[in-house]
Amino acid sequence: MSKRVLLGVLLACGLTASALEPALAQEPKTGGVINAVIQPEPPGLMLAMIQNGPTQMVSGNIFEGLLRYSPKLEPLPELAESWTVSEDAKTYTFKLRKGVTWHDGKPFTAADVLFSMEMLKQTHARARTNLAQVDKVEAPDDYTVVFTLKQPFGPFLGIFEVGSMPIVPKHLYEGTDFKTNPYNNAPVGTGPFMFKEWQKGSFIRLVKNPNYYEKGKPHIDEIYWQIIPDAAARSVAYETGKVDVLPGGSVENFDVPRLSKLKDTCVTGAGWEFFSPLAWLWLNNRQGPLADKRVRQAVMYAIDRDFAKDVIWNGLGKVATGPSSSAIKYYTDDVKKYPYDPAKAKALLKEAGYKGEKIRLLPLAYGETWQRWGEAVKQNLQDVGMNIETIATDVAGGNQKIGDWDYDIAFTYLYQYGDPALGVGRNYISSNIAKGQVFNNVEGYSNPEIDKLFADGAVATPDTKRKEIYEKAQKILVEDVPVAWMLELQFPTIMRCKVKNLITTGIGVNDGFKDAWLDK
Amino acid sequence: MLSFVAQRVVKGVIVLLAIVVLNFFLIRLAPGDPAAVMAGEAGASDQVFVKQLREKFGLDKPLPEQLFIYVKGVVTLDLGFSFRQQAPVAKLIGERLPATLLLTLTAFAISLMLGVLFGTFAARFAGTFLDTAITVFALIFYAMPIFWVALMGILLFSVTMDWLPSFGYETVGANLTGFAHAVDVAKHLIMPAMTLGLFFMATYTRMTRASMLEVKRLDFVKTARAKGLSDAVIQRRHVLRNALLPVVTLAGVHSGTLIGGAVITETVFAWPGIGRLMYDALLQRDYNLLLGVFVICSAMVLIFNLITDLVYRLVDPRIEFAS
Repeated sequence: MSKRVLLGVLLACGLTASALEPALAQEPKTGGVINAVIQPEPPGLMLAMIQNGPTQMVSGNIFEGLLRYSPKLEPLPELAESWTVSEDAKTYTFKLRKGVTWHDGKPFTAADVLFSMEMLKQTHARARTNLAQVDKVEAPDDYTVVFTLKQPFGPFLGIFEVGSMPIVPKHLYEGTDFKTNPYNNAPVGTGPFMFKEWQKGSFIRLVKNPNYYEKGKPHIDEIYWQIIPDAAARSVAYETGKVDVLPGGSVENFDVPRLSKLKDTCVTGAGWEFFSPLAWLWLNNRQGPLADKRVRQAVMYAIDRDFAKDVIWNGLGKVATGPSSSAIKYYTDDVKKYPYDPAKAKALLKEAGYKGEKIRLLPLAYGETWQRWGEAVKQNLQDVGMNIETIATDVAGGNQKIGDWDYDIAFTYLYQYGDPALGVGRNYISSNIAKGQVFNNVEGYSNPEIDKLFADGAVATPDTKRKEIYEKAQKILVEDVPVAWMLELQFPTIMRCKVKNLITTGIGVNDGFKDAWLDK
Repeated sequence: MLSFVAQRVVKGVIVLLAIVVLNFFLIRLAPGDPAAVMAGEAGASDQVFVKQLREKFGLDKPLPEQLFIYVKGVVTLDLGFSFRQQAPVAKLIGERLPATLLLTLTAFAISLMLGVLFGTFAARFAGTFLDTAITVFALIFYAMPIFWVALMGILLFSVTMDWLPSFGYETVGANLTGFAHAVDVAKHLIMPAMTLGLFFMATYTRMTRASMLEVKRLDFVKTARAKGLSDAVIQRRHVLRNALLPVVTLAGVHSGTLIGGAVITETVFAWPGIGRLMYDALLQRDYNLLLGVFVICSAMVLIFNLITDLVYRLVDPRIEFAS
């Protein structure tokens, strides 16, 4: 077993994660500074307006949502301390924490939640989609918020983490131009850390919120998010002791085994359960050879996904079995299997009458690992006789080609947000076929049965019914191969072992460092 | 001289506007839509959201109207609003420009001083071992890609010897002030400035050497020698001064390209300058920010060229300003 495979196995077995567990039993120490890498530099920190990854990672410390989620994706209290669901599953009542203040000292109340819902509908695409299920939001008193839904919506309790539904201060945003509000540059939240300083291109500094409602938290005094654009330089910064935490995806994958072996270094793959990044190949179902299901199935058989996992991803992650990640609800592996079988791929191509027509492959311009993966897939497909031409673009150019359906095969990876109704259905339902859009149903797959299953699954009750529906949907999709599912990705977080409790929820480093402490 | 400068400034403004118009169309020729990039980063790309973004940033307007709005802004010294960073472009560039100027001007000074010095020595001892050694040394740095020199520098001076910091502008969290802060910044500056400076040094070395050898053969040098002037005086007052004109021309041209070279150096060393800002803006199709950086860079090239012309006059009094 190669070293990188071993590392992957260790991570999968949670051995390194278990090295972190005793920290839970230890008495946290107070004080100290955490230096973490942030990549790329976020465009801004106002989470209600900007939702890219780096913004969430930094601002998850400043802002909070009503709920957090455990690694098993069970809801946990945050700004809401408890919640109840009506019998008809249409009314959700949240009791808010008392004694919470904004960083400027003003009290947090239900009015802030109501205002946030209105603001997010204008500024936050994902929140708007999720809130479309809501008929009305009311605040019977200062510490109660009641959401009444138009119809039952299964994943409703799963839409309240800080990145999906950040709560913003009404008193600073109401009646202002959201785009130019000065607090976008000095955000005010209720979170465990307060914004202090941002030297553009260098670092972002957050300091402890001394009035945080959870007594004794946060444990650390300051966080410096260091902005280091080059991946090799980020590795060196960790090696030379200038940073303590490399969040998942900060360094190239081939550097992970080397850095993991450094003295006093701990690695964990935990903290991605909520997002469950799943990588696949868009297959253009509309035209050319890939319009034939047999050719799409041949692609699945032709690609050595274990090789990609073990060699390109250094043993990290898991071979995907279908449209759902194994970390999210209602996943099933009771579906058709596509092992690496070039002979079967060749037979299917022959049966489909493939005559060597050119197929354009669009790799993902996210760095070396993705570049290498593109080359490996090209080689796999060429080995079974497919005529592959690689098209090189940057991210923006690639997105335009995919949005315009001007591709045959294209790499992507997307988050699943814990529930098929939030992060799976969007890629397969026919109402999401819209030219110019990048992350919906760009493959052009259209199947009325799948449309109905996802529509029913979102509103069905009880849970057992949802399970049944989504399992059926997975079976149909895996048979049809609208896209070629590759890997459930795992982005390991590398840190000094003295950093304890950095990741305690399924949202990982995006959930803030309120539980973290330094064993000095 | 004043009328010469005034004339050059007017011409410069016209050139700058032409550059703005040209760049405006050029960057829109690249595939990729800023609204789609932003929607993608938000993890959602429903049509309403993309349409909303396009309207918000005026991308839904016809191109000529977008150009008119932009040029009108530039004329009134308003470089517009960055789509992605949601801040005025002038503010974003203003935050980064001092770091880039510090890096590029230091690198420029290093390259020019070392280049002229080495070139003079190489010419003085032409054909000797010293000449060959200087030439080889200069060519090594010219031939190696900047990112490679940078990474090797980090490996040697940061990782192995632990002499110099590997990234950044200052020690984050040290909260140094005054002289201690200046020393800290200088320590961070050494590697990026040397990396960038050594690349350009080679051309100055070669240019100075070749130019000096050419001048040395001219009659007025023989005359100076016949007058009984010492070799040092001849080299400094007569040969070097006359040989510097092509070096000054080259330096004028390089002043603009230094900003381009700084993109790589700033990236590897995490130097918070506008080179990196420009690179990010390009990848994200942040049109206004990219155009803003182009305007500033173009203005700097024009200013440096004007300074170069003025320096000609100082170096060679025979040159007169035509008005």
